[in-house]
Amino acid sequence: MSIFLDRNTPVIIQGITGRMAQFHAKEMLDYGTNLVGGVVPGKAGETVHGVPVFDTVKQAVEATGAEASLVFVPPPFAADSIMEAADGGIRYCVCITDGIPAQDMIRVKRYMMRYPKEKRMVLTGPNCAGTISPGKSLVGIMPGHIYLPGHVGIVGRSGTLGYEAAQQLKDRGIGVSTSVGIGGDPINGSSFRDILEQFEKDPDTHIVCLIGEIGGPQEAEAAAWIQENMTKPVVAYIAGLTAPKGRTMGHAGAIISAFGESASEKVEILTAAGVTVAENPSVIGETIARVLNAA
Amino acid sequence: MDIHEYQAKEILHRFGVAIPDGALAYSPEQAAYRAREMGGTRWIVKAQVHAGGRGKAGGVKICSSEHEIQDATNEMFGRRLVTHQTGAEGKGIYRIYVEAAVPFEREIYLGFVLDRSSQRVMIVASSEGGMEIEEISATRPESIVRSTVEPAVGLQEFQAREIAFALKIPTDMIQQMVRTLQGCYRAFTELDATMVEINPLVITADRRILALDAKMTFDTNALFRHPAIAELRDKSQEDPRESRAADRGLSYIGLSGNIGCIVNGAGLAMATMDTIKLAGGEPANFLDIGGGATPERVAKAFRLVNSDENVQAILVNIFAGINRCDWVAEGVVQALQANPVDVPVVVRLAGTNVEEGLKILAKSGLPIIRATSLMEAADRAVSAWKNDKTQNTRMRIVK
Repeated sequence: MSIFLDRNTPVIIQGITGRMAQFHAKEMLDYGTNLVGGVVPGKAGETVHGVPVFDTVKQAVEATGAEASLVFVPPPFAADSIMEAADGGIRYCVCITDGIPAQDMIRVKRYMMRYPKEKRMVLTGPNCAGTISPGKSLVGIMPGHIYLPGHVGIVGRSGTLGYEAAQQLKDRGIGVSTSVGIGGDPINGSSFRDILEQFEKDPDTHIVCLIGEIGGPQEAEAAAWIQENMTKPVVAYIAGLTAPKGRTMGHAGAIISAFGESASEKVEILTAAGVTVAENPSVIGETIARVLNAA
Repeated sequence: MDIHEYQAKEILHRFGVAIPDGALAYSPEQAAYRAREMGGTRWIVKAQVHAGGRGKAGGVKICSSEHEIQDATNEMFGRRLVTHQTGAEGKGIYRIYVEAAVPFEREIYLGFVLDRSSQRVMIVASSEGGMEIEEISATRPESIVRSTVEPAVGLQEFQAREIAFALKIPTDMIQQMVRTLQGCYRAFTELDATMVEINPLVITADRRILALDAKMTFDTNALFRHPAIAELRDKSQEDPRESRAADRGLSYIGLSGNIGCIVNGAGLAMATMDTIKLAGGEPANFLDIGGGATPERVAKAFRLVNSDENVQAILVNIFAGINRCDWVAEGVVQALQANPVDVPVVVRLAGTNVEEGLKILAKSGLPIIRATSLMEAADRAVSAWKNDKTQNTRMRIVK
């Protein structure tokens, strides 16, 4: 088991004919992802690395049985693509695109609410590196070989900082059940809490590594949920202790604007909820190993 | 992206928000002339800088004659205004807004923000205007009214009325307040703002609701569809290093430390800064060169970081994923050969093909200090910076 993606999950890429999308389509196929098609309006009939391109998501789902989609569409059109996936029968959508206007994401979130919960698509991202269930399926842009299959669930806002954690785990021979990027934007598809709920339910995940940063309420919300509901141990790292207030640190969402949004406040809130917090990014792997051994 | 008060007022006015008479001036003479054109007996001259706290810092003055206006603005023009939001270097005053002074009876705080919990636009208002929202929430939290807007239908009248009644707006002025709230909401959503703040919004002696100050911030990701807003960017209000970086597509924030950072990914960049601090140093900047870390971007980053005079050591931290370490290492070597730097450089590479990458760095013959973990890199950068500092001091003594 793993969350969101399994060996057989049929995946499509929206925007597959773009240069970067073609490159990553190849990487995903090489990794073993069950990539079954792509969607680019007006390009039906073409193929990319042997997989067929369709005009609409609905046609792609009908022809291939696709369940998951990777959105690789430029920012002005990305929100539209996510809504098309939600309406086209996609169950799980990962959006890589960085730079989607916040108002567009508000509209996307509102649009997704029109489906009853059991039919509602799960969205992770935008502005993330994607999701990987090591040894099974990679839907995103991360380097697959830094992840060993195993039982640590990783959820983080930052791409390369997530790689850092995975590499440190691999160096210790520790593997990952699924790693999910929720992205660096202020309005995102899934929160830390949403992903923690999935990891809590997943029998293959024994411990969760949460990689947060300054800005927004999602780490504090996750802490409250962990305290009330989580039976599995959680190790966290929060980036941005040195970040000045009121400045956006690269990610559109990384800005301290209210109480509880600075790194030190988040560390405090998570620690109070029983989460083990790694004090610097070099010891994330070490801390997970320690907590695993103690469990 | 921030804009000036007078620009925010012009925009909000177009959406039905009432504002006092006012005009912009680029010189003391023009300021005095603007006041004469406007008429009246009392004016307020306001330095247009992208920062709050202007009043306390001397950037807002009340004047009762053209003479006073000329004197007051003469002192402001060309000066750098230092407020609690600008940092020690302040922001240059190149434009002054001259506004008719309006006697008022009550001050209200009104803000529109992106609320990340509800993932919607939230209206925050308080009957205690005139002070900053942080101060209001610390001293009079019970006065704050919050309301989130359903994005599918926008701000409805009943919801605006509820806010107006909660703020104890006189009954005969409720409609004016509803118009103000709906105007702000429309400006916020139609122009892709991330923040609209009117503080204070006042009730005047002659029963009008007026925005005496206004602040708008826009979503840079949406500027592609608002060319007229994008035109309002004022580079004189930006840190020149940050402007240069933004023009080159790099995400850079200048800080006051001595260790320059070049990192791929925003989260990893913040983590690198934190680790430098943990190792006893202070980062000179935040710099995210993007996940890809191409040689061109590495070269641009070196030029940018090295242009900061405070930088006494540079730490490069790249996690190479799809772009292999050997390729990134070639980029670092080429960048350093083309743009030699006179401070110690520490490079930490991780990810794909890390051994090959380190070999390339070693073979280049450049005095690059290598590190494997982030903590080690930070330690080495901090000690290199300290050694370098003592050497510099020694050289100065010899001179």
